[in-house]
Order: sequence, then C-alpha cells, then structure tokens
Amino acid sequence: MTTASALERAKTKAQTIVQSTVPVDRQVKAAHLALKTRQFVSKSKPLVFVERPIPDVEDVPLNEIDVSNPFLYRQGKWRSYFERLREEAPVHYLADSPFGPFWSLTRYEDIRAVDTDAERFSAEPYIIMGPPPLLIEMFIAMDPPKHDAQRKSVQGAVAPRNLKEMESLIRERVADVLDNLPTDKPFDWVERVSMEITGRMLATLFDFPIDQHRKLSEWGDAISSNAEGTGGDTHQDTFYQAAGEMARAFVAHWHDKAARREQGEETGFDLMTLMQTSEDTKDLINRPLEFLGNLTLLIVGGNDTTRNSMSGGVLAMHQNPDQFAKLKADPSLIPNMVSETIRWQTPLAYMRRVAKQDVHLGGQFIRKGDQVVMWYASGNRDERQFENPDAYIIDRPNARNHMSFGFGVHRCMGNRLAEMQLRILWEELLTRFDKIDVVGEPEYVQSNFVRGYSKLLVQLTPKSAD
Amino acid sequence: MGTVTFIESDGTPHDADLVDGESLMEIALGNAVPGIDGDCGGQADCGSCHVIVDDEWISTTGSRTDEENQMLQMSPECEPNSRLACQMRAGAALDGLRLRLPEFQM
Repeated sequence: MTTASALERAKTKAQTIVQSTVPVDRQVKAAHLALKTRQFVSKSKPLVFVERPIPDVEDVPLNEIDVSNPFLYRQGKWRSYFERLREEAPVHYLADSPFGPFWSLTRYEDIRAVDTDAERFSAEPYIIMGPPPLLIEMFIAMDPPKHDAQRKSVQGAVAPRNLKEMESLIRERVADVLDNLPTDKPFDWVERVSMEITGRMLATLFDFPIDQHRKLSEWGDAISSNAEGTGGDTHQDTFYQAAGEMARAFVAHWHDKAARREQGEETGFDLMTLMQTSEDTKDLINRPLEFLGNLTLLIVGGNDTTRNSMSGGVLAMHQNPDQFAKLKADPSLIPNMVSETIRWQTPLAYMRRVAKQDVHLGGQFIRKGDQVVMWYASGNRDERQFENPDAYIIDRPNARNHMSFGFGVHRCMGNRLAEMQLRILWEELLTRFDKIDVVGEPEYVQSNFVRGYSKLLVQLTPKSAD
Repeated sequence: MGTVTFIESDGTPHDADLVDGESLMEIALGNAVPGIDGDCGGQADCGSCHVIVDDEWISTTGSRTDEENQMLQMSPECEPNSRLACQMRAGAALDGLRLRLPEFQM
C-alpha cells in the first residue's frame, strides 16, 4: 500500500468516526466555521452577484458567451444565448467564469449522450456549477455502484405503487388549497398555490408535521439558492443556518417516528418509515451527513421543481389562450399537457458532470477533470429534436421525450410524483375555474440552476353555474 | 409476419402485429398499448418500456443487456426476465411472443 492510499484510508476512517459520533447540526456549524476561517486567512469573500443588464448575444464574442449568469433567465436572454450556442458552438468552452472554466452542451443528442455515459462522465462530487458551501453526501452526486444502492433504498417512497395509495390524499389537499383561493381579487399564485401544494406534499412524503410544511420549502430554497453553487441570493450564513435547522428538526423527527413505531403505531407509506424499515438505511441516523444528504436531495428535488412547473403552466396558458381553450374542450389532454409544461418550463436548467478521461465530443477535446454542463433548458428547445420548440403545444406528439428529468441512472426519481401532482392540479382547476389570468409581470428567481418564479399575480374567474 | 401479445398487469391482453425491424416499444406505442411510455424514444435511457418475458420465450428473446439492467434494476417490479421493449427488435422468430407489463413504469 502506498503512503498516499494509507493516508486516504486513515482520513476516511476518521471521517466515519466523526460522522457517527458528533451531532449533525454541530458538524454543519463546524463546517461553517472552518469555511469562515479559510476565507479570513485567504482574504477571500463569499460570492455575491449584482444584477446588470445582459448584452444581446450578437454583441458578445462566441468564446465569451457566459450562460452561467444567474440573471440570464430573469432578463429573458436565455433563449437567444442558447440558440446561438446550439447553432455555432454546440460543445462550447468558457475559459473563465465565477464558477471556473466549463464546457456547455446545448444540443439534445449531445446532452443525452453524456447523461447516459456514467463510465466517462462523473456526477461527483456535486451537480451544480460551483461547490456548495457544505459537501453533503447525496446519491444524485454519486456514481454507480454506490449510487444504485442508496437510490434503491429510498426510491420506494415515490414509486408509482406508493403514489397510487397517496393519490386521494393529494387530491383532497389540492382541492382544499383551491377552494380557499380568492376570486374577487388578484393574489400571488406562487405563494398560495404552487408553494402551498408542493410544501404539503413534501410534509406528506416525510410524515413531517403538516402545519410546519413551510419550513420544508424555506430550507429547500435556502439550500438550492446558495451563491457559490448556483449564483443564487442565499448568503453562506443563511445557508448554514438553514442546513443546521433542518438537520436538527429531522434528527428529532427520526427519533420521534422510531419511538411511535415502537409503541405500535401503524406504519405508513412515508419515507421516514421506509428508511427505518429497510435493511440498507435503518441505521442511516448514525451516518448523519448521508442522512442529511438524502433528505436534502428529496426536499430540494421535490420543492421548487414541481412548484415552478405549477406556476409555469399557468403562465404558459395565459400566453397561449388557444391552448387553454383546447384543454378545456378536451381534458383528456391533461397528461400530455403536463409533459409539455415540464418541457416548456424545464424547472432545473442543467446538471453538471466531470470528465473521468479525455473525451472527443462534437469536434472538441474535453480533458480529464474538465467540468461539463448539460443544459437541459437548451436541449428542450433544440429545433433538431422538437419542431417549433419555443411554442407551447399541449398536444405536441413527442412532448414526453423532454429531458427535464434527465436520462440514464440519475433520471429523476420523483418524475411520476411530479406528473401526478400536476395532473391533479389541472384536473381540479378545470372543474372550478373558467379563466386563470396572469395580471402583471411575473418575478423571476435569481439562479443559473432553478428556472422559476418568485411572484405571479393571478386573477381567477370561477366557472359559471349552469 | 405474426403477432406479439402485451398483457397488462390486470391480465388484459393486447395483440399487436409485428413489423419487421421495429422495436417492440414502437410497436406497443403504435398500437396504443396502455402501460408502455417510451419516454426517451428508444435508447434504453429512461426505463419506461419495461416488459417481462414469459419463461418459455426468454431463450428466444435473450436476457437483458447490462445497459438495460442499469435502468431496470431501479424498478421495484424488476424480475429475472425483465427487459426494455425498445431494445427488442421484431422478427419472424417472435411470432406468438407474450410479454407481461409491470403495474407501473418508472
């Protein structure tokens, strides 16, 4: 054994011991302090992004096009930027950005090829553009075979069989949200509908106290909008505070669930129960960073993705009244309309990979260790794959072939849950409302990763009683 | 050139004509067989055209490849004879083939 590998093993062993003996929220705090110390010593500052007008793409030299700008989506420039890359440099290299040098893949077929090539492209150690302040272990950022074992242990909670059990509960909760909406004045759809429904859904999945579901959304938002990772507006301190709070709450929730089960409480179909009763994960609480990682993944994964597709669908319908009329005339189009909405919105812009070896792709030479960003948001608008790609067409024949869920081993685990929530939402909307009008300009999230809305004012018109 | 039968998890059979050179996923979609999604369009990249081959047929169709296995092993309904229909080509040898569908596609 070489000295290096002996050292590596000793380090892993030490980490394992620390992981299993130090409370997780203390570990989060320690990581925060360590980072602050490093920044103090090196005189570096946490990243802060200031919004400036983004120039038109034709005024930017090709090799300086920077699609990592977290304001690209908000300023509506993303379509022209990606269109130029797809056309002129589908495998594009940017030598310098706040997130370091990176390759951009913008065509559907190139993205698919890399997404399904876990042999040559690694998802480790993180899948966003920059290093998150805290490297927690989650299987979305693990390669096979470790990925496979971890994913399998939680997959059951969102497996379609389980969803069937949950459908009536979800419908009840959606109906409750919709029945309490004002129809006499505009209101914020994001806050009252999209966040409310997805937050309640998350609480249901974790069997987390339903009256505290807002906490889940808050934590998820704080974590996914960290500046270092996605160009978002969460300061490091807020990130650590959210991660620490979430860790504490879920450790307590784990023990509470375990105690209730021991006292003979009937076991549910929730994720906590599933983890506690599965051989691979029943001791997960003793591996706190992994525990925190899996929770974070599911909370972030189920949080602003479906939320923004719920808001995006309303905006798309408002901009395309003929499509809304088509849907009302034939509600059997809802499942395809859901796929088209997920394509049109692409709530997560990309996933990141690292080349594990030198690779030739699209006439370019990608070196081992280079970071490669697969822009799903661009692949979903690739004219080589989708006819008239910017149009929102609810009966588009190949809408289901969208790449918002990714392809390959990391394909979105919650895809069926997301589709079901959206389907139920639109089924319930159609029975209640005749018009769903967006009044005023939507407000957009600051991020290069999350493509979403922070505010969407809506005025509802109930169906006339006839 | 013959027929293939897709059997839904509740036992409902759907016969479809084999078309030389087409994948069984394409044939299922072309015949509107419920329970086959084919989200990735036929590249073994999504796992949503999962079928289970009858024991007596598995030596003819062959077992799943490693590539198929990557996606299939994540399904709780994966069985030894599970395959992805997009990776199975229609041919005269498959006349009379019976494929069971899982209750859900992932």
